Amino acid sequence: MDMKVKLRLPALPDQAILDERDQALVSVIQTGLPLSATPYADLGKQLGIAENEVITRLQSLTDQNVIKRFGVVVRHHELGYRANAMAVWNIPDERVRELGPCMGQFEFVTLCYQRPRRLPDWPYNLFTMIHGQDRNDVLMNIQTLIERCSLEKIEHEVLFSTRRFKQRGAIYRKFASSKTVAE
Amino acid sequence: MDEIDRSIVNTLQVGFPLTENPYADVAAQLGIDESELLNRLTRLLDEKILTRFGPMYDAQKIGGAFSLVAVQVPEKSFDKVTEVVNSYPEVAHNYQRDHDFNMWYVLATETPVQIDEVNRDIEKRTGLKVLNMPKLEEYFIGLQLQV
Repeated sequence: MDMKVKLRLPALPDQAILDERDQALVSVIQTGLPLSATPYADLGKQLGIAENEVITRLQSLTDQNVIKRFGVVVRHHELGYRANAMAVWNIPDERVRELGPCMGQFEFVTLCYQRPRRLPDWPYNLFTMIHGQDRNDVLMNIQTLIERCSLEKIEHEVLFSTRRFKQRGAIYRKFASSKTVAE
Repeated sequence: MDEIDRSIVNTLQVGFPLTENPYADVAAQLGIDESELLNRLTRLLDEKILTRFGPMYDAQKIGGAFSLVAVQVPEKSFDKVTEVVNSYPEVAHNYQRDHDFNMWYVLATETPVQIDEVNRDIEKRTGLKVLNMPKLEEYFIGLQLQV
């Protein structure tokens, strides 16, 4: 994956334009922020950029939503949220914009995505990840969703996971030298 | 994890200041010393309670692509198919779920074209049809799990 030999395609409409310094910054913080008193100054030293420029660029990347959030990535399992399920919903297309945000607001919902149906195999178009202390707690949380967002007539299924084979932040390899993590 | 660890995790899930001494600022907010915060964060990372402390990127914004893929795998060949699917570095997660569609993996690639390439390759090697379901819209408001 040597990016140098690749033709540069025009940016897609929702793609951000990152200059070389942005890319270097994205690359150097992808595995984590330095655990030091002055992490941004330390990053700047690595890159030959002033501390305030590091801060300004990180702010701008956050404003552009290139960085969705800055903080810790928690392993839910290790924190006592032993159970999770993917609950999938068959929502009339014209109601997704109304019901998606309703479902996404709950603390126990960590993902809420609209995805394409794959008929006839798969009729569901809204995917939520529901967490709980145990299976029963997950099911109670789903019941809460149904009541609070009035989903009684919406077809849904609950898929518990039985085995996990891989869990890492997705490694994004555009910046070939090291790892980039996205969610 | 004690109470202080919990408050650190809860506070840092929400965000992190872009200031000269961000750890000192967060520590002050939590009522602890900067060195204690750094020591505890180091320990939480060492113990793998936290996987990482840093930015979460929107891969699509920097040109990457993601997709969730479902496969109906016959029980008897599940281990074999798992081995094939997990051999791709583009596969970020892979979960077995209790449903006819019993394998669910997430692909992360540089471009949307590569999503299709990996899926086609997996179909060819396993003889199974995969359902590719990329994200169309996100409705997640951003509240975090309280620990």
